[in-house]
Amino acid sequence: MLSPVIDTEGAPFWEYAGRGELRVQACAECGEVRFPPRPCCPHCRSFACEWRRTDGRGRIWSYVRPHPPLLPDYAAQAPYHVVLVELDEAPRIRLVGNLVSGPGAPLDSVPEERVRIGARVQFVFDPGSGLPQWVLERS
Amino acid sequence: MAGGAEKAGGARGSGGVRGPGGAGGSSTVGIKDATAIVGIGQTGFAKRLPEDEKTLACRAVLAALDDAGIDPGEVDALASFTMEETEEVELAKAVGFGDLTFFSKIGYGGGGSCATVAHLATAIAAGQATVGVAWRSRKRGSGPRPWTNTAVQLPTPAQWTRPFGLLRPVDEIAMLARRYMHEYGATRDHLFNVALACRNRANQNPDAIMYERPLTREMYMTSRWISEPLCLFDNCLETDGALACVVVSAERARDCRRRPVYVHSAAQGLPAQHHGMVNYWNDDPLTGPAWTAARHLWKHADLTPQDVDVAQIYDAFSPLIPLSLEGYGFCGRGEGGAFTEGGALEIGGRLPINTGGGGLSEAYVHGFNLITEGVKQLRGTSTAQVPGASTCLVTAGEGVPTSALLLRS
Ligand SMILES: [Zn+2]
Repeated sequence: MLSPVIDTEGAPFWEYAGRGELRVQACAECGEVRFPPRPCCPHCRSFACEWRRTDGRGRIWSYVRPHPPLLPDYAAQAPYHVVLVELDEAPRIRLVGNLVSGPGAPLDSVPEERVRIGARVQFVFDPGSGLPQWVLERS
Repeated sequence: MAGGAEKAGGARGSGGVRGPGGAGGSSTVGIKDATAIVGIGQTGFAKRLPEDEKTLACRAVLAALDDAGIDPGEVDALASFTMEETEEVELAKAVGFGDLTFFSKIGYGGGGSCATVAHLATAIAAGQATVGVAWRSRKRGSGPRPWTNTAVQLPTPAQWTRPFGLLRPVDEIAMLARRYMHEYGATRDHLFNVALACRNRANQNPDAIMYERPLTREMYMTSRWISEPLCLFDNCLETDGALACVVVSAERARDCRRRPVYVHSAAQGLPAQHHGMVNYWNDDPLTGPAWTAARHLWKHADLTPQDVDVAQIYDAFSPLIPLSLEGYGFCGRGEGGAFTEGGALEIGGRLPINTGGGGLSEAYVHGFNLITEGVKQLRGTSTAQVPGASTCLVTAGEGVPTSALLLRS
């Protein structure tokens, strides 16, 4: 499996995620959130930033089901769901991730019929892969 | 060649030079009709060609110069893609160019195709060069798939997408395609209409990879998935091949061997807060670079979308066509799918597209075959000729920083 190639701006996201916190970069001057992280605020051009905690809730904005040819580790689990999650607290931030039945579950662990645009999801962290994942919210 | 644009404009009668408040909407000298494509060349297309990319590049470039009737020693400008592996130094010494005074390479893969011609047109109109060659040579058919090289991770966006199995360009575009279909009611039949139009034109083109291979709705609907909602036939070919074209001033063009095809308008487009193929992090991910390029293109043109006789629209993936139809103003927002109905994209339809077969069915060489096919249409020599075609839109890859050309005869 591929691990993220983390850059300077993105490092805090991964550090917080490792503690089970979903945080997004926000401008310390004007308060606008931005993603992917970057050195300065495109709204007010301030270089001061903070990492704002979110409740990790969102909705599926779109999703795909990749089929082979894929890299071997992914092909072994294909087809699986890659979802794009729009955060409740920051609608323009749509995080790519995997929809799974629980933290650490295989990429193909949610049946196709349960995946739909608009479905409510919750952030979880998988210590095994070191990646954020998403589970369907119980309702 | 200083003043080349002025002379050219005079020669064309539509004005390459605009003063303040001119009809072109620009307060500076423009490139409108100041230059023309006067030569095109290509190698054969195949899944596997025996020669290497450098050799193929030399063959295509020399064929284009021969088509124009211009000696290679006269070439003083080059333009290609940053992904082009044949360096200017290698090409220039192999085919015997003269002294080069302008050379540029454009990034973002297929988004740069039309920009190669745009850069040459701009340089020639500004007097920085006189004979320009644009080219692309690529062994994408027999060479490796770029996404399989995990050692070369793309810069910043990749850490947010690749680990989750969003590995290939098709996965990235499928994400936008699913949302587009959900939001606007576009269907797989609409995407099939795109694939079918390209395949039908390829069936008329002996040079096309898919020349003798018709496509049916049954084949499309039962084909294997690549990344749902996109299937095999929503994806472009994997091709070995090379193409080139020659750009000179409009004045010089009149002395060339072929009927000039004028660069009426040209544009690049990188929208504010755009993120490339993973354009997921702004207000409206479904309006991409086409919209930005289109605004500039039409602003500097005497034509409107209604005046376009035929279009060559970048088709690495079928959903790029409805998105581009909207972006370039052929229909309204969300109407790109419906636009494809009733044979609209076929010969005789509202807007015949990709008349050589496009990337989906002729060859996928980063969209350069769309440029040369546009030239063939305006020369009247296409294998699927649109009767009397005098204007052609050519676009580069939508979904990445892009470019476009409006050509006229
Ligand atoms: Zn700010």
